[in-house]
Formats: sequence, C-alpha cells, structure tokens
Amino acid sequence: MRLALKHHSVLPGFGLTLGYTLLYLSLIVLIPLAALVARSASMPIAHFWETVTDPRVLAAYRLTFGASLIGAAINAVFGFIVAWSLVRYRFPGRKLLDSLVDLPFALPTAVSGIALTAIFAKTGWLGQYLYPLGIQSAFSQLGVTIALTFIGLPFVVRTLQPALEELDAEVEEAATSLGANRSQTFWRIILPTVLPALITGFALAFARALGEYGSVVFISGNKPLQTEIASLMIIIKLDQYEYAEATAIAVVMLLASFAILLGINVLQWWVGQGRLKRAA
Amino acid sequence: MATTAKSRRATNDPLWLRILLIGLSIGFVSVLLVLPLVVVFAEAFRAGVGTYFASLNNPAAWRAIRLTLLAAGISVPLNLVFGVAASWAIAKFDFPGKSFLITLIDLPFAVSPVISGLIYVLLFGLQGYFGKLLAAYNIEIIFAVPGIVLATVFVTFPFVARELIPLMQEQGDEEEQAALSLGASGLQTFWRVTLPNIKWGLLYGVILCNARAMGEFGAVSVVAGHRGSTNTIPLYVEVLYNGWNAPAAFTMASILALLGLVTLAAKTYLEWKVNQQLHDTLEPTTAEATV
Repeated sequence: MRLALKHHSVLPGFGLTLGYTLLYLSLIVLIPLAALVARSASMPIAHFWETVTDPRVLAAYRLTFGASLIGAAINAVFGFIVAWSLVRYRFPGRKLLDSLVDLPFALPTAVSGIALTAIFAKTGWLGQYLYPLGIQSAFSQLGVTIALTFIGLPFVVRTLQPALEELDAEVEEAATSLGANRSQTFWRIILPTVLPALITGFALAFARALGEYGSVVFISGNKPLQTEIASLMIIIKLDQYEYAEATAIAVVMLLASFAILLGINVLQWWVGQGRLKRAA
Repeated sequence: MATTAKSRRATNDPLWLRILLIGLSIGFVSVLLVLPLVVVFAEAFRAGVGTYFASLNNPAAWRAIRLTLLAAGISVPLNLVFGVAASWAIAKFDFPGKSFLITLIDLPFAVSPVISGLIYVLLFGLQGYFGKLLAAYNIEIIFAVPGIVLATVFVTFPFVARELIPLMQEQGDEEEQAALSLGASGLQTFWRVTLPNIKWGLLYGVILCNARAMGEFGAVSVVAGHRGSTNTIPLYVEVLYNGWNAPAAFTMASILALLGLVTLAAKTYLEWKVNQQLHDTLEPTTAEATV
C-alpha cells in the first residue's frame, strides 16, 4: 500500500504531511460544509421551496444575479481595454496602473463599502453631480451594481493578461499581409483566440459578485423587496434564529457559484483539448 | 527593415486608438478603484489630524485592533503550517486523487463570506449541531472570539497552499534528493534546501493571507453577533458608520486601507522576487539540458 502510494520518491514525510493535510482540511473545511449539506437535506422540500420562493427572497435573488451579471459585463468590456493597454502599449505609469488593478483585492470589503457610499451618496464626491441629473447612484439597485462592478475588475484583467501576452504576433502579421484590416484582424483573429480567457474572467467576476457582502451592504440601503441582496437575506434569517431558512437561501447561492466554477473548468478543459488536437 | 516596419504596422494600433484605450483604462481605474482609496483618507482626516488620533485613541478602537491582531495572529500561522505540509505532500509525491485534493483545498475561495460564517453557526450556534453540548459546558464559540478565529481561518485557508503548490511542483525534488543522498536528514533538507527555495513564494502567500485575515468582514460579521467585545476593525467600522459617526469610521477604515496599500506594494515586489527565484532555480537544469 505504502509503496503503491509513494512510487519511487526517496523524500521523507509523505505520511505525516498528507495525514496532517487531510485532518486539517476535514476539521476546518469539510465537516463545517457537511453541516450545511446535512442541514438543508433534513429540511422538508416544501419548506425549502417556500423559503426560497418567498417574494422578498426572490427579489433579493433577482437583484443579486442581475446586478452581478451587469457588473461582470461592464468589467468584461473595461477589463479587456485595461488588459489590452497593459499588455500591448508602453506608457508612463503602466506598472502603477498594473498594480492598482489589484486594489479591490487589497482593500477590505467594509472599507470599499463605506468609501463607495461616500462617493455615490446624494451629497457624496460624485453623487452631488449625479443626483441632479436624476441618477440615484446610492441606496438603489444602481448602487449595488456599482459596488459589484468595483470588486470584479481584477478577475477579468488578470485572466486576460496572460492570454493576450501569448497571442502569436505572426498570426496577426499573416492576417494583415493577406489583406485584413485592423478591425477585421481584431474581430476574426484576436477576439476568438482570447475569448475563453475573457469568458473565464467574466465568470469569475460574476461568481465573486454573487457572494459579495461587505462592499455592497453600505451602498445598497437594504430596502426590502428593492435593494436587499441574497447574502443580506441569509444574515437577516440568522438574526431571527431561522437557521433552516438561512441554510436554504445559502444552498441556492452556493449551488449557483459551484455551477459557474464547474462551467469554467469544463471550458478550460475543452480549450485545452482543442490545443492538444491542433498540436497533434 | 521593410519587414520590421510591416510587422509593426500589423501588430500596432494607430496613435488615436492607443491614446483612447490608455485614457479609458486610466479613467476607469481612477474613478472606480483609486477614488475610493482617496476618499477613505480624505474623510478620515477631514476634521484634522487631532480628531484623527483622538478617535483612534479610545478603548473600543484598541479592543478592535487587538482582536484583529489576535485573529490574524492565530489564523496565519495555522494556515502557513498547513500550506507547507500540503504542498510538500502534493508537490513532492505522486498519489491518486491529487487533483481532487487540490480542488478541495481551494474550496473556501468558492464559498461566499456570509456562507463561510453560516457553516460555523450551523455547527456551534445555539441551535446548531453542537449547540446544546457547548451550552452544557458553558463554552461559547459563536458570538465570541473562537468563532471569529474559526471564520478567519476558513476564509484564509487556501492562500499559502495555493501559492506554494505550483511553485514547489515547478522546482521538482532534485535538490532535495541530492541533499538526502549526501547524508542530510529530512528536516535538514527541508530547512536548508526547500525553505530557501520557496521563501519568497511563502512570504507572498503569508502577506495575502494576513491581509484577508485582518480585513475579512462578511464571515466574521455572521459569527460575531452584535457585541462590543467581538468587534474586529472591519466590524467596528460598521458599528461606527451605522452609528452616524462617519469620521471615526473612516479613521478606522484608513488603518485597513493602509494595510491594503502595504500589501499591494509587498505583493508587487514579491511577484518580481518569486519570478526571479524560479528563474534562478530552473536555470541550471536548462543549462544542463543544452549541454
């Protein structure tokens, strides 16, 4: 058994490190997640359905999915532009811009939450110019979308950058020498090549936005049926000690984000297969 | 000469397009990402430096800072030890189910912050699976410090491991095998050969792990309840902000923003260092191959 597992490595410590890894993983991650599964499995289907189709919960789902989708779409466009500029052009401040893209990862979500509110509220830095135009940029669904756009940008940029760097200049040159103009080259050659990376970045930003809490709750205003997000609904149920209801809402969100991540993996595998075939 | 001019025309965009795209990039990043950072410091210092330090210097603020340091001080070392153990087992040995194990290690990143807190409430909360047992022995986990530490450990779980696994896989185990064949013990090999090779990647993982541990909001918010004694810095920011004390909220937030900036700078530096080190350790093998 031991030999079959270890193959021919002469390094020591396999049993110890793997044993510790499995133990720690089980205690911290697997057992607590199993509690979530067990809790939802012990819930009568009718009650589960009733909970997740409650109008207030449905409104929260709709807003969370809708705003996350819009945010991810905005990031797909601007993330592409930022990644393209960073990879293709040399300009002063490029390195700084490259580092700043990670700001949403580096800033704690509560900090971005109150900062975004201070910017987009009625008397805020930008809000004071937006509100007179009839744009209610905080305590509204637009505010939720702004926050979910904020947190998603790095995902698109960081997945696109390596794909753009790998682009073969010769293919572009060939296209040009065969008479394609720049925009034809872009739409027919460049975009299809980096599309899997763009979709992956979009999906990662979307998945992240679905579960986001800290950067949204301050700017959303949390009005029932209007600006409550799914994560907040879980907290509201927990505050009322309704564990089963909180679990039901959570399970739907968790399944959604797992489905997205599974989709990304299938896409990556599929792209990898295509590459292998072309290479062979 | 003609070919270089031609290839430049083929892959280069016209000047107006370059200016437009660079302008859009800088504009979008400035308004959406940089402005919030500027706002935090501007709002924190709005009432002057005196008020800034006055709102820092109160018992509740210090309690929050202490609890944040405690949570990070426990979760970072725990996940550091785990990360090293997991990457040693995964990178240096072959065993069935390895890629499944890597997926499981990444699992906490796929679980949203609020759900990360929820799972511990389901286990240790008053109506949770172990709730009655804990109550019988008067042990408080949820709405208390242990819950905060647990939630923090969970959300920062993969950081070190996911940094070290690919790094150690790329470096292989030839150097370790050489050390062992020269008579070094397993521990000596680890301290003198492996650790120096992975130190920058390790530090990178620790810094990201620490930033998340100190800044986590959603998960700890669920397990903390609404008690003064369980406020970390991010939770205290929320309490102050919802209590109409925005200047003090931004003061506390500015500490976290500063942490974020330091993290960002360290991250940029370490990314460069990791690449350099990987290059250095891979260099001899490629040289050998060409000989």
